[in-house]
Amino acid sequence: MADTGFVQKEKLNDFLNELSKDAVVYAPCLEGDTVIFKAFDSGTTLCLDRPANNPPKLVVFPQSETLFSFKYKKDAEDPRKMSVELEANTDFPRAIIFGARPCDAKGFRIYDSVYIDTNTPDPYYKGRREKTMIATLCCSAPSPGCFCVAVGGGPAHREGSDVLITQLEKGYFIEPVTEKGRAILNVPRIEDGEQYAEEAHKRQLESHDLVRNPFAEDGQPKISRALFDLDEFWEHVVSKCLSCGACTYLCPTCYCFNITDEQALNNGERIRSWDGCMFSHFTLEGSGHNPRPTKFKRFKNRVGHKFLYYPEKYNGVIACCGCGRCIRHCPVSVDISEIVSYLRGPRFEFTNEPPESMGTDTNSQEQKQ
Amino acid sequence: MISQRLREAIAGVFSEVDVALAYQQGFDKLHATPCFMTMPEEINKLIWNPLCVHNLTSYLPSLKKKKVAVVVKGCDSRTIVQFMQEGLINRENVVIIGIPCNGVISVNKVLHETNHEPIEDITFGENGEITVKTLKGEKTLLLSDVCPDKCKTCQYPTPIVYDRLVGDPITSDKSPDSVYADIKEFENKTLEERLQYWEQEFDRCIRCYACRNACPMCICQDSCIAETRDPHWISQRATLSEKFMFHMIHALHLAGRCVECGECERACPMGIPVNKLKRKINLDMKELFGYEPGIDPEDKPPLYTFKVDEVTIKEHKI
Repeated sequence: MADTGFVQKEKLNDFLNELSKDAVVYAPCLEGDTVIFKAFDSGTTLCLDRPANNPPKLVVFPQSETLFSFKYKKDAEDPRKMSVELEANTDFPRAIIFGARPCDAKGFRIYDSVYIDTNTPDPYYKGRREKTMIATLCCSAPSPGCFCVAVGGGPAHREGSDVLITQLEKGYFIEPVTEKGRAILNVPRIEDGEQYAEEAHKRQLESHDLVRNPFAEDGQPKISRALFDLDEFWEHVVSKCLSCGACTYLCPTCYCFNITDEQALNNGERIRSWDGCMFSHFTLEGSGHNPRPTKFKRFKNRVGHKFLYYPEKYNGVIACCGCGRCIRHCPVSVDISEIVSYLRGPRFEFTNEPPESMGTDTNSQEQKQ
Repeated sequence: MISQRLREAIAGVFSEVDVALAYQQGFDKLHATPCFMTMPEEINKLIWNPLCVHNLTSYLPSLKKKKVAVVVKGCDSRTIVQFMQEGLINRENVVIIGIPCNGVISVNKVLHETNHEPIEDITFGENGEITVKTLKGEKTLLLSDVCPDKCKTCQYPTPIVYDRLVGDPITSDKSPDSVYADIKEFENKTLEERLQYWEQEFDRCIRCYACRNACPMCICQDSCIAETRDPHWISQRATLSEKFMFHMIHALHLAGRCVECGECERACPMGIPVNKLKRKINLDMKELFGYEPGIDPEDKPPLYTFKVDEVTIKEHKI
């Protein structure tokens, strides 16, 4: 069997149809001017020209999923007694993510540490992850806001991918990265890719230097803890944030969730759905107390989680893949890479009195957001 | 140059306020971003050009206790009028720096024209021509082609309320009939077509609430029915019906209050035309009550009040 494959440009749709025969294929598709990951079928228009607006995380970590359903039953002998029946499904269909970007694929590695490589793996995430093959398309040019090279990634980075695809003049060079990925070479309509390998490997290196690196001076961003713990810093950099969830919901590495019960009479479901640390309800406790009561504290959590807490817990790995979605899709252009570069040390000139962007008392701050 | 005059105007009121809200260059050449200026030296960062799309007045209710200077375009000023009607700001705490505006750009439309290539440079000519440079070359666009739809029918290019005006007032040359022409055309579609249209659009919604949080008139704060358990009207399921319900409630809460600044639609990361719903309801409000939001500070939104005889509504005579 060949080690690599090639699909002619005009045969790509046929190839995806072949892939669809025994798995649900999620691919970036055009809707209006928006590119979204959705199940590919004959009615969808594939768009591989630019990264999708949303990452493919929803394939493995859906926005909302039923953990289990429950049913209360009365005891026929003793009507005062109720029993509860639970039913859970962790049997998921096979899926293929086609056309993820290297940053998107790297994002799944961030989740794996949390949801799989622990003493108590998450059966839902793990079940979907094991059934999913990730076929990643190398980036030929950066998009506005991208900074993957600054956080250990790159336009042809392989981490998290099962297959790496390189777009060439005549078609797509297909290269398995993992054992799981090798199965793609058995799909009909794929040719031997050997003659294209050299061109593809050259192409993969081309765009690396085009990606901006906001932390270039010191490689991996090293954060000044003193500045990080300065409330005034956060109040200053976060004042324009609207506290919406666009950044977290479009993030390939954000994995926070909420759990709610949806019950009607004696039946119901326990739902797990995305949560985001930008929302005012985030970490709101049952008592009504919230340890992160203000916008800037929540924002500090977002940056801290990605660039401090996660690396501390997981061998220095930064939980940001530099895809740039939170920057380019933010309604007010909040730039996390700019904030992190400020945090690297004393270069951030912090003079004058503390900025009074949003006040310090909880009440005035919570009026709007 | 207006930028320089704007800096001077802000410098002139800077000592009177706690914070001044204006625009500065964003993360790339195509984006401006709101800036909160608290130190006089920050005034030099300020820019003014058609990239200044954001409605900065959205921040005012959260700064109610502070003294704030804010830069407003004609459309943005309607928000202030509406805030005044609803008591959401203390007018005496706000210094309004008005700028007559010939239109701003739609970032999405420019990106569409340049195939979503990163913009290396962008320059604005005197007569509405825009030159954009990408790695693939240079392209000249017309502001009238890449402006948000609201600018194409703008009736209020000069702010309705202001304390300082930077630049000469501009009178609209756009027909008032053009404002809702697109809504009326859309209404010619059959019910099934419209349902299908909205189902397809709302299906993309990721419930990030960018539309809600960018909306200056969304004032339920942290009690939005999209998230509350009491009342528990919407679940956290990511289904079409939940998304539909949220957007309908959002639109209905804005009936006769929406100033059509278009921030909801601009903020949407998934390209959903959410402003269309609100404008449809505003058209109804106009036809039913002869009312247009954000024009007269002394007025009241029709649904905040009650008249036994509405002049424009023919009731059954008993």
